[in-house]
Amino acid sequence: MSPAILNFIETCLNGLMAGVMYSLVALGFVLIFKASGIFNFAQGVMALFAALTLVGFQTGQVPFSHLINAIFGTDIHHWGGGMPTILAIVLAMGVMVLLAFLLERFVLKYLVNQEPIILFMATIGLAYFLEGLGDLMWGADIKRMDVGLPSGGSFWWEDLTRAWAPADADYYGMYIDTLDVSAAIIAAILVTGLTLFSQYTATGRALRAVADDHQAALSVGISLRRIWVIVWSLAGFVALVAGILWGAKSGVQFSLSLIALKALPVLILGGFTSIPGAIVGGLIIGVGEKLAEAYVGPLVGGAIENWFAYMLALAFLLFRPQGLYGEKIIERI
Amino acid sequence: MLYREAGDFKTTYREDNQTFPIKSERYLFWGAMLIAFCVVPFFVNSYWEKSVLVPLLVWSLVALGLNILTGYCGQVSLGTGAFMAVGAFACYKLMTAFPGMSIFFVVILSGGVTALVGMLFGLPSLRIKGFYLAVATLAAQFFLIWVFNKFAWFYNYSASGQITAPERTVFGIIVTGPNAAPWATYLFCLTFLFIFAWLARNLTRGRIGRSWMAIRDMDIAAEIIGVEPLRAKLSAFAMSSFFIGVGGALFFSVYLGAAEVTEAFGIDKSFLALFMVIIGGLGSILGSFLGAAFLVLMPVFLKNLFVGSLGWPTDVAAHIQIMLIGGLIIFFLIVEPHGLAQLWRLTKEKLRLWPFPY
Repeated sequence: MSPAILNFIETCLNGLMAGVMYSLVALGFVLIFKASGIFNFAQGVMALFAALTLVGFQTGQVPFSHLINAIFGTDIHHWGGGMPTILAIVLAMGVMVLLAFLLERFVLKYLVNQEPIILFMATIGLAYFLEGLGDLMWGADIKRMDVGLPSGGSFWWEDLTRAWAPADADYYGMYIDTLDVSAAIIAAILVTGLTLFSQYTATGRALRAVADDHQAALSVGISLRRIWVIVWSLAGFVALVAGILWGAKSGVQFSLSLIALKALPVLILGGFTSIPGAIVGGLIIGVGEKLAEAYVGPLVGGAIENWFAYMLALAFLLFRPQGLYGEKIIERI
Repeated sequence: MLYREAGDFKTTYREDNQTFPIKSERYLFWGAMLIAFCVVPFFVNSYWEKSVLVPLLVWSLVALGLNILTGYCGQVSLGTGAFMAVGAFACYKLMTAFPGMSIFFVVILSGGVTALVGMLFGLPSLRIKGFYLAVATLAAQFFLIWVFNKFAWFYNYSASGQITAPERTVFGIIVTGPNAAPWATYLFCLTFLFIFAWLARNLTRGRIGRSWMAIRDMDIAAEIIGVEPLRAKLSAFAMSSFFIGVGGALFFSVYLGAAEVTEAFGIDKSFLALFMVIIGGLGSILGSFLGAAFLVLMPVFLKNLFVGSLGWPTDVAAHIQIMLIGGLIIFFLIVEPHGLAQLWRLTKEKLRLWPFPY
């Protein structure tokens, strides 16, 4: 194979890996949208918040230390000694469940039957709230996430692919980050787990019932409020996983919350209500973005990654407004 | 006693249709205008101008624009920041290309340019709506910001990529640039806001405004009774972008003076404008003002409280401020989803019966 083709394959592979990450965030959106019709803008900030909490627990930070220092003039930041990663993950998950519970108790309960735009705005408010809370609790500095995932280029793959090119070609093999590979594997496990959960457990069936028809679900005795707590906890769990993977890739920092914006075109492509759609959409966006950056970017001055996904989604919308797998709504305007 | 229709007789249709049908409301309005135009300019100083009054006026204008689109026509837009940037850059290019042109017309023309761009990005609204449209407008946000960053022609090839407003005058009084007097910039913005609020009020209760509201309330029904969705939606996009473009031009030339596009017109500005409209009240002119006032004044107040009075570090104060804004948005949505304007309406209802409610 000529190096040009190999480069193309490498770009596609890297795009697929990036796409997996987008899918993870989009998945959280879809879960909540299906179950409650809420377009949860805060999903990205939830990922950030979960990652911050995890790192905070892991390194043994004192929550709200900046605030305490400001009020009492003290100088505390760590309580000395962290905790094992597994325990920190479990505790962070606990925080996300608590968050889901509080959210249902104090926000969602009062917003039942409001228009979708109002609910959407409420989640933007939630995004701001969580962003401030996360920074206030754990500080706004960039943190390193280390949960023991492998990272760095894969030499094995590089050596293998170098042999594919002609011996005299100027080609050094493909670069693939092992972190991306493990992210893809984790994402696959997560999706399989979620699918099994929603197909084969009573709670999963209740979730699907609520997604189909709120009133019908209520009439057969499914508690909407309990389902909402479960769904938001699940979304919190997905956010935690996304936060860990994105955090391990690029550090835990504010920009993490912006990945939510990247998930929007994914949703448009895949449809708001389809889990397979979120995954396929993520992969398409990931590959499309990387290919565009590599082959179209140089023509127009680069850095088109920021908007390319949106334009792709926009072009797609004009031909198929319901998305790849979305429910077909016959509404023309 | 203070607020009564009783005794306020209308003898013509004209009187019956006026914006403020009740006498005391009319007096209140003109009194407020009198104070705003004739009293405040004498007392305004640089701090009040820069941190309260001018941002308040400019953001009111932007919120009005977004309210036309989102509140009256029902099209959610997340591209406000980018449209402001279009207004700002159009203003900059016109100011530098035609130094002799009056700044007043420059600002109006930048609004016109923005209206054209807004119509272009409004085209998808003919096929999609709701959240899908919101995402489509996000495309505008990212794409336009990228364009202004990438092509040096827009910032006249300046090394820093910044645009800086040159000094321009109105009737011989400096209104842009670092030498402008606080009262001059204040009056300049106030004049624009007055004209545009008057325009918005009369547009929204006229034929075109009714066609927007028909589309918002039920697009299919509107189409059946003869409202053309194409014309209604595109005119809403154009008019809204016009307002926002004028707001952006003022924001850059009068308020900021120098701007860097990603920082000054990023997506947070789009959200801020949307918050103003929602908190103020969708589909209400007064609401745009109240929302803008709330979101401009609250950070100033909180900053004074935390940093000024309590002496906390600015970063902690900033985090609390973000948290409070988020919390307050949720609070308002729960307590009064129709915004501050609805609270005002309720207050008026109460006042009408006061002191003998039944």
